[in-house]
Amino acid sequence: MNTQSGGRITDIKERYKGGVLKYKQMGYWRPDYEPKDTDFICVFRITPQDGVDPEEAAAAVAGESSTATWTVVWTDMLTAYEDYQGKAYRIDPVPGTGAGTDKEAQYFAYIAYDIILFEEGSIANVTASLIGNVFSFKPLKAARLEDIRIPAAYVKTFKGPPTGIIVERERLDKYGRPLLGATMKPKLGLSGKNYGRVVYEGLTGGLDFTKDDENINSQPFMHWRDRFLFCMEAVNRAQANSGEIKGHYLNITAATMEDMYERAEFAKSLGSNIIMIDLVIGWTAIQSISNWSRKNDMILHMHRAGHGTYTRQKNHGVSFRVIAKWLRLAGVDHLHAGTAVGKLEGDPMTVQGYYNVCRDSVTKQDYSRGLFFDQDWVDLRKVMPVASGGIHAGQMHQLLHLFGDDVVLQFGGGTIGHPAGIQAGATANRVGIEAMVKARNEGRDILNEGPEILKAAARWCKPLEQALETWKDVSFNYASTDTPDFVATPTAV
Amino acid sequence: MHITQGQFSFLPALTDEEIRVQVDYAISKGWAVSIEWTDDPHPRNVYWTMWELPMFKIQDGAAVLFELTACRKACPNAYIKVNAFDNTRGVESMVMSFIVNRPAVEPGFRLVRQEDAGRMIRYTTVAYSTDTPPGTTHV
Repeated sequence: MNTQSGGRITDIKERYKGGVLKYKQMGYWRPDYEPKDTDFICVFRITPQDGVDPEEAAAAVAGESSTATWTVVWTDMLTAYEDYQGKAYRIDPVPGTGAGTDKEAQYFAYIAYDIILFEEGSIANVTASLIGNVFSFKPLKAARLEDIRIPAAYVKTFKGPPTGIIVERERLDKYGRPLLGATMKPKLGLSGKNYGRVVYEGLTGGLDFTKDDENINSQPFMHWRDRFLFCMEAVNRAQANSGEIKGHYLNITAATMEDMYERAEFAKSLGSNIIMIDLVIGWTAIQSISNWSRKNDMILHMHRAGHGTYTRQKNHGVSFRVIAKWLRLAGVDHLHAGTAVGKLEGDPMTVQGYYNVCRDSVTKQDYSRGLFFDQDWVDLRKVMPVASGGIHAGQMHQLLHLFGDDVVLQFGGGTIGHPAGIQAGATANRVGIEAMVKARNEGRDILNEGPEILKAAARWCKPLEQALETWKDVSFNYASTDTPDFVATPTAV
Repeated sequence: MHITQGQFSFLPALTDEEIRVQVDYAISKGWAVSIEWTDDPHPRNVYWTMWELPMFKIQDGAAVLFELTACRKACPNAYIKVNAFDNTRGVESMVMSFIVNRPAVEPGFRLVRQEDAGRMIRYTTVAYSTDTPPGTTHV
C-alpha cells in the first residue's frame, strides 16, 4: 500500500475504496504538517479508550471535528478534500499521566484547521465545528479543548466588544484604579423598591457599579420593569450625591430574543449606561445583543453563568480560556473571569491567563498560565474582566497585585454584609482600593505591606476597620481542580 | 457635599509631596501629565479647562508642582485635577486622574425629575455651581 509518514494512504484508489479505514489512513494524522498563519490551531487534551493508539485518537478528533464520517465516502473527491481535513500534527503526553502515575494516559493533541472551514464572524459556526460531535465520540473516554489560536484574518471578521476597556473608562470618567461593584443580595425575593434601596446604598457609599444576579429576570416577587425603574432612581440619586457616574447592570436575560430586545430598549430609555446578559443565552443571542449594544452606546456585562458545567474538570469539556477568547470575539465588555482568592474555582496563574486573554493586545504563549499559543488580537477592543465571588476588603492588596487596574472588583457579601450597613461596606472597599493604589504608585511592596497599608487607612476610616475585623479570618483555601499541566523548562540564569 | 470623582477622593487630601510622588510614578511610566480646572463639576463635564498643554517627556514632578501652584493661585476656588495620559497603541487615553484642589464649599447637585407617561422618569443632574455665570461665584 502506498503510504506516507504517519500512515496516510496517498494512492487515491486505495484511499477511496468503499469500506472503513483508520482516521490516520484517511489523512487526519499529519506529523509533517506545518500550520499556516491563517489556520486555526486547537489543542485538545484527550483520554483514549484502552487500547486505542493515541495518534489514531488524535486523528479521530481531527476527522470528527472536520470532514470525516465513520466510513469512506467517494463524494470527498468532488472537493479539494485535503484542505477541508482537520490535521492532527503533534501529540504530547500530558505530564503526570500514564505509565508510572496513578492517572490514565492523557495527551495534548494539536490540530490545525484551514480557515475555509469557518463562516466569518460566527462563533456559533466555530463551536459547531470544534466542539460539535467530537466530545461524544466513543473511542475517547474524555476530551477537553484546552486552547485555541485564532488566525488574525479570522479575528478581523468580528467587531468585538461594543465598548471596550478604554471607551468604558472615558464614558465613566474613571481612570487609574480598579472599578468597584457589588451584586445585590439576597439574590431572590426582594421587591423592586427594596432592591433599589440596596443599589442606592451601595452606590452612594462609593461603589461604581451594582449588579443584578444571574438568575434575576422577571419573577413573581419582582417584575423586570419595576426593577429597572427603581434601580434607575437609585443610580441617579447616587450620581447626584457623589458627582460621579454610576451604573447598575440591568440583567435583560429572558426567554426569547424579542423579550431581551424589549428589556434592553427600556433600559436605554431610562438612561442606563449598562445592561447585562448571562452566558446561558447562547452564542447567537450574545452576538445579536452585542450588535444592539454597539448601536445604542451600551456597555455589555457578561455573567458566565453555567460555565462551570464544562470548564472546571480538567479531563473533559472546554477550558474557560477558550470561552474567554470566543466571548472577546463575540463582543462583550465585561466578563467574569475569576478571583483566585475568592469562593469560586480558580488557580491564580490560570486565572491570570484568562485576564491576559481579555486585556492583551497580543497574548503571549505562557504554559505556566495555561496559554499554549501567541494570539494576536489585531486591535480588537479589550474586555474588562470582573472578579466576583467571596472577596472582601482584607484582600485588596492581593487583588490589586494579581489583576492590576483594569478589572471590576465585585464585593457582594463584602459590601452588603458589613456590620454597619451597606454604605459603610461600600466606603470600606473604596477607601481600601484607593489607599492600595496610592501606595503601589508610591513604590511600596503592596503584596507584603498590604495588611499594614489597610490597617493605617482603618485608623481614620471606621468602616474599613470594621470590615477588616469582620472578615479577618475568611479565606477559601481549597485545591484547584483546573491547573496547567506542564513541566517548567529550566532556563539559564 | 464632597464630590468623589478621581482616583483618591475617598482619601484625605493629598499633600504637595504626595502629589509629586504620584506624578513621578506617571513620569516613570512614560506618561504625559496635565492639569485641568473647572467650576462645573457635573459628572458628564469631561472637558475641564486645560491649564497649559499636557507636559510630554518631562524629567521630574517639580515642573508639574510649579504649574499646579500657578493654577491654584489663578483659580483658588475651583476644582483642579492632575491627569496622566498613556499614548501606547491600544490605550491612547487617560490612565490616572485625581483631584488636587476643591472649592472651600462644594455646593453639590440638584436632581431634577421630569415625570412622563407610564412610570417613566427622565433625570437631569444640575450642578448648583452653574446657577450663576461662570467665574462669578465659585472661582
